[in-house]
Amino acid sequence: MHIESWGRYPIVDAKVESVSTLEVLQEVMQEMPRPMIAYGNGRSYGDSALGAHIIDMRKMNKFLAFDAQEGTITCQSGVLLSEILDVAVPQGWFLRVTPGTKHITVGGAIASDVHGKNHHVEGCFSQSVVSMRIMHPDGRIDSTHAGEELFHATCGGMGLTGVIVDATLSLKKIASSTIEQTTIKSPNLRETFDAFEATAHMPYSVAWIDCLAKGEAMGRSLLMVGDFAKEGSLDYTPKASWQFPLTLPSWVLNGWSVRLFNMLYYAKAPRGTSHQSTSIDSFFYPLDSIGAWNRIYGRNGFTQYQFILPKATSYEGLSAILNAIAKSGKGSFLAVLKLYGKANENYLSFPIEGYSLALDFKIEPTLWALLDTLDALVAHYGGRIYLAKDVRVSQAHFEAGYEHIDTFRAYRHREKLENTFASLQSQRVGI
Amino acid sequence: MQYVVIIGAKSLIAQSTALYYAQAGFGIIACARDTQAIALWATDMAIRNSVDVVLESFDVEALESHATWWQNLSGRYDIAGVITVAGFMPSQAQAQEDWSLVQRAIVVNYMGLVSLLNHVANSFEARKEGFIVGVSSVAGNRGRKTNYLYGSAKAGFSAYLSGLRNRLSASGVHVLTVLPGFVYTPMTQGLALPKALTAHPDEVGAAIYRAQQKGCNILYVRSVWRIIMLIIAHIPETIFKRMSL
Ligand SMILES: Cc1cc2nc3c(=O)[nH]c(=O)nc-3n(C[C@H](O)[C@H](O)[C@H](O)COP(=O)(O)OP(=O)(O)OC[C@H]3O[C@@H](n4cnc5c(N)ncnc54)[C@H](O)[C@@H]3O)c2cc1C
Repeated sequence: MHIESWGRYPIVDAKVESVSTLEVLQEVMQEMPRPMIAYGNGRSYGDSALGAHIIDMRKMNKFLAFDAQEGTITCQSGVLLSEILDVAVPQGWFLRVTPGTKHITVGGAIASDVHGKNHHVEGCFSQSVVSMRIMHPDGRIDSTHAGEELFHATCGGMGLTGVIVDATLSLKKIASSTIEQTTIKSPNLRETFDAFEATAHMPYSVAWIDCLAKGEAMGRSLLMVGDFAKEGSLDYTPKASWQFPLTLPSWVLNGWSVRLFNMLYYAKAPRGTSHQSTSIDSFFYPLDSIGAWNRIYGRNGFTQYQFILPKATSYEGLSAILNAIAKSGKGSFLAVLKLYGKANENYLSFPIEGYSLALDFKIEPTLWALLDTLDALVAHYGGRIYLAKDVRVSQAHFEAGYEHIDTFRAYRHREKLENTFASLQSQRVGI
Repeated sequence: MQYVVIIGAKSLIAQSTALYYAQAGFGIIACARDTQAIALWATDMAIRNSVDVVLESFDVEALESHATWWQNLSGRYDIAGVITVAGFMPSQAQAQEDWSLVQRAIVVNYMGLVSLLNHVANSFEARKEGFIVGVSSVAGNRGRKTNYLYGSAKAGFSAYLSGLRNRLSASGVHVLTVLPGFVYTPMTQGLALPKALTAHPDEVGAAIYRAQQKGCNILYVRSVWRIIMLIIAHIPETIFKRMSL
């Protein structure tokens, strides 16, 4: 069966087994040819969840417990974050950590240890995991929580330590489903940085940055910060999403159309600082309102390049990288910049304290050379690449950024997992 | 909270029907012989819909237990209606050779349900409200050589429901007979079913909920079945007896 992830590149022909209960998972795990890999909702951009033998977890999606007093929810790993919101928001609870799409599974959220606009306050998704259960290749199940080796290997472990079967999450109390948002327009990178520092007390912040602006205007951005309103209604009726109806020919998105979009997007925002009241869906999940938007990049698919630099080198490093991108003319509609808080203890979680930039690129033959150049710059400034978005980084550039990679490898070696769980990505980067 | 009792809650049709009632805010009393097997499903539905889902163990075949079982249950909950989805379809060929299969088909599809619904009917009649939904089968409309041992039990059940409807209409208690036609379920797995005539369990649940809320009497989930059964009913017996259906 042909299967792909969000970037629609690569498309692989794999044996896919869909599981809906623990018992079936137990059987499949023992019978599946090796190596195998779990697949959540395929919202990773690259090849993290792709391989020759795939266990599709999406149908293992039962809620197991919800304590609306304490704000904890237990569910199987195939439950989508959107399904949790449907249950929790009307009762005054929200996810402690959510990425920019709600269409991912709890298993995928843990395996990539995803983060959101509040990383500087709440950390990664794993930091909201009270406990979870993991199935080993022989069908045994272990429960684990923060502080244990299995936990720190699995969170951010990209499905390479076992299959996550269920988890208990701690939720965040909210008084309203409305978000009070402030937008700050900054004319260059320095002011963008200053704005991030000045708003560090706000729980949610993220900037859209015009990655094609050059010279004086390099790094101009719109920083959006916000928080839940202190009171109001808890109504949450997600609006129906509009489906992107066709795959666009890949020439439609070119340097000029992206430059034009970025110019208009920046120009349309009011000068200085402005305030808006907005909904959960438009604040956290703006892209989810267009279903299948990944088709605008054309048949060859696209990728996202996301890296993070330590705070000390962020300004210099980002200037160098933005320069390289502007010079290449290969831009991205939505380049996203964010200031992150402290790293956690997981071996392979992406965030470290510093600035991260994420950019979408359509796949074309000339892209790879640009990304190699960026890799070298990221490595030079002591940064790292986010595996959840990656489809092409080399082993050397990957390793350079992850100081705990050997702890992770040693764990896999000791538990004899190297030939049991693997994705195309893990084989490429040698983990 | 008002509750809907579902008998035979392990079946996909039952679970899909229950979901429509849960979404409408009814509590669900899910009854099955083995409640362990439906525990995960019940918890999940309760959480997703913020309703109470109660598991009750119930054995259609344990006729002697039905009176106290119902008395107990109706004493504890405010029950809006009862939906029976329980059924047992043996293979015709095996059943012809094995009386125990025939007996089981008669008890599960007919006797056991009559035994339970008699008590339900008496309570609902006395309080002058409530609804009863019985999932019967088109196999009961006319006996065919390929399925008449099952079919005749369903025929009995359909006739029972029709009589019950007649009796209870005076007291405002509504009785709905459901004739699903072919449905994709584990019971029909492996049979080559014609697509146009075969419903998905979800479609059946939706149709049952709608028909019950509207107060329909007889529901054919896919309306072509009404025409098919009309034709089948009108074939003269001299011809019918020589046909292979
Ligand atoms: C529009 C968009 C916005 C995004 N925004 C963000 C963001 O803001 N922050 C961020 O951190 N990420 C973001 N992402 C990335 C996304 O959150 C991650 O890739 C996430 O892991 C996808 O989850 P999934 O359920 O789709 O899993 P998949 O993509 O199917 O799999 C991802 C990884 O999880 C593993 N996995 C899945 N299920 C299990 C399981 N049950 N047990 C063990 N391993 C499992 C897979 O093997 C694979 O390695 C975004 C993605 C999109 C498309």
